[in-house]
Amino acid sequence: MVLNNIEKLIEKYHNAETSIKEEAQLKAYFNGDSVAPEFEHYKPMFQYFSQSQKEQYTKDVPLKSKKTTLYQWISVAAVAVLMLGLVVPSFMGPTEAEKQEALLVYNQTMEAFSLISLGMNEGKTQLTNLALVGENINEGAQQASKLGTFSTITNKILKNNSN
Amino acid sequence: MKQADFVSLVMPFKDKVFRLAKRLLVSREEAEDATQEILLKLWKNNKKIGDYKNVEAFSMTMTKNFCLDRLKSKQASNLKIVHSNYTDNNTSLQHQVEAKDSVDWVSKIMEELPEQQKIIVQLRDIEEYDYDDIAKMLDMNETAIRVNLSRARKTIREKLTNTHQYGIK
Repeated sequence: MVLNNIEKLIEKYHNAETSIKEEAQLKAYFNGDSVAPEFEHYKPMFQYFSQSQKEQYTKDVPLKSKKTTLYQWISVAAVAVLMLGLVVPSFMGPTEAEKQEALLVYNQTMEAFSLISLGMNEGKTQLTNLALVGENINEGAQQASKLGTFSTITNKILKNNSN
Repeated sequence: MKQADFVSLVMPFKDKVFRLAKRLLVSREEAEDATQEILLKLWKNNKKIGDYKNVEAFSMTMTKNFCLDRLKSKQASNLKIVHSNYTDNNTSLQHQVEAKDSVDWVSKIMEELPEQQKIIVQLRDIEEYDYDDIAKMLDMNETAIRVNLSRARKTIREKLTNTHQYGIK
């Protein structure tokens, strides 16, 4: 009964008159274990169909989204901005306010320098005083040595007198 | 359309695209390249994808045309597609090993079919599409498809019966 049915289905199948459902029935029958020997030779065909169904595409597809192109342009824009930041100020030069500020700072520093130099000059005069003192000390030392020779001479005189 | 939407749209039928490509191009690498190409083409046109009534059918048509073009260009440049699918990872179960030889034989028989019949058998017997869908994909009428399918199935049967009875290889 079942065999009869299967035989009919196979015939219909080869005339391409079976519906999807009937084909599924055939596949189920031939993928099962109880295939009648007279239909044995159809088995590999239906098995092959069922196996092929399971084959899968496993490779990844590199989908380039629109976003990545946007990101690329962002990097370009960043570089452009950086270049502008480096190049433009050197072309433009300092503004008027900056110039004035720089002048002010310059004047202040010059003032400070002049104050320092004043202090330095004072220090220098004090140093000359010190040099004078040194000279006086030398003179004093010379006079002291004269005094020394004087005392030796007096000693000699005293010796002569005692003899 | 965002990438996630696209992937979820394409997911259900990307394997079908791959299998059809493999049926026609035989080599696994070639089929993978073709599938990638087709998915990328779809992605490039992702703004228009909403206008297509049936993206899957459209993709299958694209696949068919793409693969036939590939084959044509290969033949024109006198190159043969060399395939090295030595291992078949589908037949992994122990009890399938015995039947493996004859199952492989079916795939060889299918390789010998004319392209048109290959495509129809692939779409009908493996992917289980309706005649209606196949007619749309291939831009053929249903009767022509049935005739081709019947021919292909009978060819397979004939060759299978021959090997079964005489062991011709």
